[in-house]
Amino acid sequence: MTNNLDAMTFIEVKNLSKTFDQFLANDSISINIKKGEIHALLGENGAGKSTLVKCLYGVVKPTDGQILINGNHVTINNPREARSYGIGMVFQHFSLFPALTVSENILISLDEKITKKYLEDKISITAKQWSLPIEPTKKVLDLSVGEQQRVEIIRCLLQNPKLLIMDEPTSVLSPQEINQLFKVLRKLANSGCSILYISHKLNEIKQIASKVTILRSGKVISSTSTSKISTTSMAEKMIGKKVKKITKISKNRFVNSPNAISINNLDRKKLSQFGTELKKISFNVKYGEILGIAGVAGNGQVELMNALSGETLGDPDEIIFEDKKIGNTNIKFRRSLGLEFVPEERNGHATVPDITLTENTFLTFYNTYSKNNNFLDNILLSSNMSSDDSISIINDNDVRCPYSNPLADQLSGGNLQKFIVGRSLKANPKVLIISQPTWGVDIGAASEIRSKLLLLAKAGKAIILISQDLDEIYEISNKICVINNGSLSTPKITSKISATDIGILMGIN
Amino acid sequence: MENLLITILLTSIPILLAGLGELVTEKSGVLNLGVEGMMLCGAVAALGSVLIFGNPYIGILFGAIAGILISTVFSFFTITLMTNQVATGLGLTIFATALTGLIGEPFVGKTAASLPKLEIIFLSDIPYIGKILFSNDILVYFAIFLIFFIHFGFQNTKIGIIIRAVGDNHDSAHSIGYSVKLVRWISTSFGGMCAGMGGAYIPLALTPHWSEGMTAGKGWIALALVVFSSWMPIRLLIGALIFGGITILQFVAQARGWDVPSQFLNMLPYLATILALALISLKLRHNNYAPACLGKHFLGNK
Repeated sequence: MTNNLDAMTFIEVKNLSKTFDQFLANDSISINIKKGEIHALLGENGAGKSTLVKCLYGVVKPTDGQILINGNHVTINNPREARSYGIGMVFQHFSLFPALTVSENILISLDEKITKKYLEDKISITAKQWSLPIEPTKKVLDLSVGEQQRVEIIRCLLQNPKLLIMDEPTSVLSPQEINQLFKVLRKLANSGCSILYISHKLNEIKQIASKVTILRSGKVISSTSTSKISTTSMAEKMIGKKVKKITKISKNRFVNSPNAISINNLDRKKLSQFGTELKKISFNVKYGEILGIAGVAGNGQVELMNALSGETLGDPDEIIFEDKKIGNTNIKFRRSLGLEFVPEERNGHATVPDITLTENTFLTFYNTYSKNNNFLDNILLSSNMSSDDSISIINDNDVRCPYSNPLADQLSGGNLQKFIVGRSLKANPKVLIISQPTWGVDIGAASEIRSKLLLLAKAGKAIILISQDLDEIYEISNKICVINNGSLSTPKITSKISATDIGILMGIN
Repeated sequence: MENLLITILLTSIPILLAGLGELVTEKSGVLNLGVEGMMLCGAVAALGSVLIFGNPYIGILFGAIAGILISTVFSFFTITLMTNQVATGLGLTIFATALTGLIGEPFVGKTAASLPKLEIIFLSDIPYIGKILFSNDILVYFAIFLIFFIHFGFQNTKIGIIIRAVGDNHDSAHSIGYSVKLVRWISTSFGGMCAGMGGAYIPLALTPHWSEGMTAGKGWIALALVVFSSWMPIRLLIGALIFGGITILQFVAQARGWDVPSQFLNMLPYLATILALALISLKLRHNNYAPACLGKHFLGNK
């Protein structure tokens, strides 16, 4: 490489490795980011993306390898040193403090000594300059997710970064917010700041980045210009095998099928001060149909899920299943009718983290295990019943366990989710209500889960899918509606609603 | 009347000091249930050092040091070794009750010198309130100063905001580059120092001789006050004053010969304080939230 080219490079990573105990998270990674370049880092969960950027930001120390900034060898021991080299980072799970105000949040991450008042003015100016509107004296817990991300970005901008690392920034944003974010990123790149953009959304990478580095199992698989690679081949490189295309069911198949479940003017008060009130939610789902409920997180999805599953109760006729009024009945009764629920939080809500898969299976099906209804059979269990069931769930759904019958929290997110979905399918539900089924799940597992849902619908069952992932909603639902601030839009046939329409229904322009 | 108000103020000082310290500790995310024990350590250290050196100011110093030392034991177990905070805090109080009983044995029956009153010129001549507010010993001034110091510190200083941040979301604080454990060690030590001084105030100004368990549950009241005051220093003062006021009411009732069982009067300050603050926090529920990481371990970087 000539000197001229070197001058264009801001940061260069050479043969960086990181091991945790026995596990090799980064295996001799080399990457080169030019000044003003938007460089995408692509990989599945566990491919080593997070570890790599944490090394760059000084959160974890690399085991081996070198980092060069402007051609000089550096060691980055902590985030403060990273910031002094001009590296800023916006985390996927925001590193904000909900109880503090915007300016207080920013104040503690700045290394210079300034007063709160001066900082508030500076925030307002920066916010205007980059068109990222924000109120400095508001508490973070009163902000929407998109606004919280703006706080993170402004926090980085105030330090005049030369490299901005963004970890999955769009996973929580509406389509319109994503466009706004991309405008800011392009403006930033034009001003000479490099951007390392981590994502597993292929279309986005094509759209925003000029270069992409693909990681798999801790290794660099490919590093190329985005104009020279198709999304399909990016996906194949990322997961290491061909991606199966999912086929959707024809849309008119269930026009005449009977109604499975109707929700009529369902109201719920907010659960906590930060919750959302549900306002007159109505919809119905026919057998064989998948209804997708889109929406930005925190708009009432949790409250809706709780109301549907029976964790919060209301009037009997708010929920009608076939002909039964069940709005005031508990979870156990609803499940006995053939409804199944998969809540959003898989570790701690859908499963008990500290007990084994067999025991988790037992908790789900215990009332079917006592055949004779006598006292002893209800107390003493026959352990092979639940272990037979859990083994068949594991085998049928390709759940990869580190050893036989592990604790629930020892499975990776994707495998645990496959187990949970499999467990619900095992109950042979008539209606499946599932929330964020593939959140944080890698592409392979996500597509398996989605095809299971499609199979279930093909078998004539009804599915309500609550998801933040628009691609997923489009991929498998027959009808789509949007939840915004506790209200639900009228369901529309998938082909008749565009992403822009959905963005408008999400209440963001 | 004037004397009565002064007595109420003095009675509330130990709870106020210990409560302010615990407030800072809890804001950083550490729940130290050992306040009662730390106060006892402060009390016995203060009394012993005054008996030896004869100077009540030395007593404050030793009380504070004793509080810091015993809180260090707590920090070492809970922050470094990551033992359960509730169990460790309770253990600390049980341990300190016995330890101070042992150390205090030789002091039984001896009387220590009390803290002198410091009149502030001019201010103490203000009619009605001058004598009450500006003719007190140094710890009263210190406690009142501390209320505003902590209130201001949490709002307007970087270290204050960092402490709140660590208590609010320790993973984020770590990811921006702050040492969660160090901040918690310092906050817990500050809590220990304040509890030690609050304990020291009892023999130095209220009852100048040793009796086992002489804090008589004031540490527990301080703990409850912190929660009911929604982690706000000014409200903590209100709670402490109510407690002091009703404690004094007992003596008035006895002196006037009211026909109320003494057990009921003994119970009253605790009951009234908690009721009053429960009502306050009911009304102001919307900003009544605990530090989100209170009582949680920080595991460091996994």
